[in-house]
Amino acid sequence: MASGQEHPVVRVMNLSKSFEDKSVLRDVSLEILPAETMVIMGGSGCGKSTLLRHMIGSLYPDSGHVELLGQNINDLAEEQLNELRLKFGILFQSGALFNSMTVGENVALPLREHTDLDEQTIQIMVKIKLEQVGLRESIDVMPAELSGGMKKRAGLARAIALDPEIMFYDEPSAGLDPVTTAEIDQLITDLAKKLGVTTVVVTHEMASAFRIADRMAILDQGHLVKVAPKAEFEALRSSAATGDQAMDTIRQFLRGESQGPLTARRSSTGYEDDILSVV
Amino acid sequence: MNEQKRQASVLQLIGRKFLNGLSSFGGTVILLGSTIRWSWRALWQRRKRKGHSALATQIVRFGVRSLGIVCLVQAFLGIILALQMAPALSPWGQQDKIANIIGVAGFRMLGPIFTAVVLSGFAGASIAAELGSMVVAEEIEALEAHALNPIRFLVVPRVVATFAMLLALTVIADLMISLGGYLTSLVVLGPRVSAMYWQRMQDQLRLRDFVSGLVMAGVFGLLISLIACHQGLRVRGGAEGVGRATTNTVVYSIVGIIAAACVFTAIFYVFGF
Ligand SMILES: Nc1ncnc2c1ncn2[C@@H]1O[C@H](COP(=O)(O)OP(=O)(O)OP(=O)(O)O)[C@@H](O)[C@H]1O
Ligand SMILES: [Mg+2]
Repeated sequence: MASGQEHPVVRVMNLSKSFEDKSVLRDVSLEILPAETMVIMGGSGCGKSTLLRHMIGSLYPDSGHVELLGQNINDLAEEQLNELRLKFGILFQSGALFNSMTVGENVALPLREHTDLDEQTIQIMVKIKLEQVGLRESIDVMPAELSGGMKKRAGLARAIALDPEIMFYDEPSAGLDPVTTAEIDQLITDLAKKLGVTTVVVTHEMASAFRIADRMAILDQGHLVKVAPKAEFEALRSSAATGDQAMDTIRQFLRGESQGPLTARRSSTGYEDDILSVV
Repeated sequence: MNEQKRQASVLQLIGRKFLNGLSSFGGTVILLGSTIRWSWRALWQRRKRKGHSALATQIVRFGVRSLGIVCLVQAFLGIILALQMAPALSPWGQQDKIANIIGVAGFRMLGPIFTAVVLSGFAGASIAAELGSMVVAEEIEALEAHALNPIRFLVVPRVVATFAMLLALTVIADLMISLGGYLTSLVVLGPRVSAMYWQRMQDQLRLRDFVSGLVMAGVFGLLISLIACHQGLRVRGGAEGVGRATTNTVVYSIVGIIAAACVFTAIFYVFGF
């Protein structure tokens, strides 16, 4: 797949971002190729969602830029960006359904606003999309009455309503039961492999990540520490510790162990001073 | 040392409050600009089925809910005015002039101002809370990601609805305040006053009294809805932020309403309107 000549669909160039004084992303560069599934992993609060928000143009970088389908989205006027937005879908971490509309209306909204389809066709499309995520019975339910997992699936149905070329997923399976997780993973893979949708997934569910990824990237303290094909991460996960700090950190993360450089880093700084300063 | 520090932090606080107020003001003005632009575009757009139903929903929601309170408040105002003015006028045997006073004060000022104050509690606070929770729930971001502009989609219908509602409610308010005054004169002040009431009011009131009140009401409507939308959309940091936005909306709206009333009254006075 990585033929080297294909133009990347998503290209993040030297992206940096701080909120107030807190630096969240530092010089992040990443390329995602057509029809590829890229999984971005990292600990809680390491900036995964922030990176995703830059990719969809909802946050503006302090430096660096993002290209989608060959266009620098940070240079585009609102109208051009909106045209580009019709070509990608995003599943937000919380589902982000419009709470004042039913599930069906949520899915219908992009179709109503951006296509000339008549109401009957729209209703059929809505049912097809909801069936794909297993929510057809919930078409007339308000989002507030859905469980967290159902919200996410409804959000997914809305995201794919316009048959996007690129899909972004922010933790599609966090908080779901194993079977639903597997179903969502299957759906993501189907969209990617059968329809050739370029896919970016942010997750920290290891099993799910290894199931869907072509390549993986690990984000740690605002840096991308490793971007490689899945096989390399599989090998790293099953190999023994080498003493190489960076690799051991990634290994600890992949295995989900409580002992290792990741946790050592967290607890090593100034604990005694901190305690004593209270007295 | 400590004293100095305290002074510095008080200054800082004042400075921060001032900058905050300034940025709210600036942000609201900018929002006014984009709202006008998007309303203009919506006027000339052919596909607008969605916009219409959104607008109708908004109008019904704010209008119906605040109607009762507006009537009540205005009737009370009419009663208060009548009872307060009557003793002041009676030494000159001019008690029947309360109708003139209620007419001018009600149509030009109390009608629009108090209706706007009621609506800033009903519509303003609920708009701010609603948009604020939408920000917190990532709904605004989702709208943008679906290439739907939140100003066109959320702000325009709310501003238009509040504007229209305030005009309609002000007409009703004018009626209610006059009625309140009339009932008071009927029950308390005696037949000499009540018999002349409507005649006196007719003599006094000109079309411009009514129109200037409506102009103010329109301005208040824009003010309340824009402040509410701006405060709602700039919410950061969860439920606490939403609470702050609603409080700010009501406070800023009331200050804005009174200030705008003062400015417009001065303008009307200068131009003899
Ligand atoms: N709008 C914002 N303003 C200020 N700080 C922010 C903002 N958005 C994110 N942050 C901070 O940036 C950091 C990264 O946040 P982000 O949501 O990207 O993390 P994440 O990797 O997605 O975490 P999680 O796995 O828990 O979803 C956090 O420390 C967060 O506090
Ligand atoms: Mg996140």
